[in-house]
Amino acid sequence: MAEQVTSEVLDNRRSGDYHVLSLTAPGIADIAKPGHFITLAMGGDETSMVLRRAFAIHQVQSRGVYGGTLDIAVSVQGRGTEWLARRRRHDVVDLVGPLGKPFSLPRASVSCVLVGGGYGSAPLFMLAQELRERGCRVDMVIGASTESKLFGVLELKRLASSLTITTDDGSAGARGRVTDVLDDALDRAGADVVYACGPMPMLAEVARIATKRRIFSECAVEEAMACGIGVCMTCVLPVIGDDGVTRMVRSCVEGPIFRGDRVRWADVDTIPADAWGAPGNDERGVGR
Amino acid sequence: MSRALITQGPRGSGDNRPGAGVDTGVDLAGIALPSPILTASGCAAAGRELDAFVDITTLGAVVTKSIMMRPRAGRATPRMSETPSGMLNSIGLQGPGVESFIENDLAWLVQRGARTVVSIAGESVDEYAKLAAKLRPVEGITAIEVNISCPNVADRGQVFACRPESAAQVVQAVRRGSDARTPIFAKLSPDVTDIVEIADSVIKAGATGLSLINTLLGMVIDTTTMRPALAGVTGGLSGPAIRPVAVRCVWQVRAAFPKVPIIGMGGIRNGSDAMEFLLAGANAVSVGTSVFNDPSAPARIHQELADLAAAGGFSRLSDIVSRAHREPDPIVLEEPTELDDWDFITEERS
Repeated sequence: MAEQVTSEVLDNRRSGDYHVLSLTAPGIADIAKPGHFITLAMGGDETSMVLRRAFAIHQVQSRGVYGGTLDIAVSVQGRGTEWLARRRRHDVVDLVGPLGKPFSLPRASVSCVLVGGGYGSAPLFMLAQELRERGCRVDMVIGASTESKLFGVLELKRLASSLTITTDDGSAGARGRVTDVLDDALDRAGADVVYACGPMPMLAEVARIATKRRIFSECAVEEAMACGIGVCMTCVLPVIGDDGVTRMVRSCVEGPIFRGDRVRWADVDTIPADAWGAPGNDERGVGR
Repeated sequence: MSRALITQGPRGSGDNRPGAGVDTGVDLAGIALPSPILTASGCAAAGRELDAFVDITTLGAVVTKSIMMRPRAGRATPRMSETPSGMLNSIGLQGPGVESFIENDLAWLVQRGARTVVSIAGESVDEYAKLAAKLRPVEGITAIEVNISCPNVADRGQVFACRPESAAQVVQAVRRGSDARTPIFAKLSPDVTDIVEIADSVIKAGATGLSLINTLLGMVIDTTTMRPALAGVTGGLSGPAIRPVAVRCVWQVRAAFPKVPIIGMGGIRNGSDAMEFLLAGANAVSVGTSVFNDPSAPARIHQELADLAAAGGFSRLSDIVSRAHREPDPIVLEEPTELDDWDFITEERS
């Protein structure tokens, strides 16, 4: 169960265009699983920023003098993340976690391809380690617009059997997108499972490729959240349930990890006409 | 001085906060609540998620997200945009429909032992009447809040709370359809010329009390995309940015109706904000947007309010209600004493 703690910043270091913050998180780090996320309140007690920001957990250290710490990758995109990037050792932040549903893990030793876009590779580190411990083969494909927006290249080289890199401008690896090289990577690895984290158009394409090849896929979606704990209904997207019915589900509690073949990628940011409770959808609008 | 003396109540072991001795109980339309702090509709779902951070049975009540007759998918995303000291939302009343709500959400709240204020919303007077009828036989409802002021309905021009006649029609339908013992709170919109006029119409139509206020209709345009930030174009503005508007509404309605029960809400972030609403005339308050920032906010604000009351010399929170409407105590100039200030301080220190 998620907890709310006053967390101390232990370290704030640069990694390419990103910041990596190490935070104390006793009682949280030790139960966090790959794919879980945390939220942080921005700006202190008198802040004008009323909404928390969500961050995927990059790494955890479950024991030690601080009784559990975790790392997050921060991309400065607005006033909140600007404030966060200025935090220094011993500053405190209000932290809630672990939140969301983690990646599901294969019971058998299968071959897994992990796809990360930009700092979307951050939550794949814990996943790769976990999969390796289970005897799975792990190949990685990461991409970004340019070299400085790739995250964790050196560490990922050690973690994965192979690492394929793409950049839009060709400054590192192959010029192009991760989805341009994904088919080849899946062939080489003989992939059984694909995991992905990154921007929504990338996830949509990864899911499409995996589904076409009848490979199981899971995607960590990036929907704007307000509360992160399931009370505000901001971060919804259309997802097909086990019963075949599309519902607008909360990515913070029912996600952020979804099966790639269950998200209606083309209908994200809309209410599909056949969704549960959609305007005029009388068949779905009654009963339970 | 007309203030009551601090009376030290029984204290739990280790509980040495200044507010520990303050009686935090309030009367809301004849219901004794252990705390004046409620959740706000739409900001706590049906309490279950929040229970991980706040013991919801200690709250005055959980006010549930407005429920409609049928399941509702809500509006398209983006549904939210942060604004200075606030946020704009256009969720569009996403919910499971009243039958599922009664069977799952309300049943859980009752079993959990939480006091529950059920918020209802409809697209027509008839839908409100049907909702009241559905809820009538259900046990465990502390009160009904009639949301006649959601700005995120299909036809924004027809928000019931914007005209006294339509507001009264809805309240009358709910009053007729509900158990006579169930208090009914009408939730009003601040987006009106004269909120006292709307309050007057719903009180005459049978509202037990008033919830003040719903969000203000607002808009944000993204200067990068050059398009409205929300898929729904306009949305409801909430958070500390609207607090002075909310306090003004509570003040005006309390001045016009000295006895009507009022739940105040709008940007309450700390104990001082909550006290401001009590002083303006609210009998209880709802904490909404602040829950998104701090999921334990309702419990924290309860403590801060009690501490502030104690610091102000009050032993009961109910004594603070409407206090700002009193004439200020006359200033009495004291006769000079033999000790000047300096001597006094020296004596204190010795």
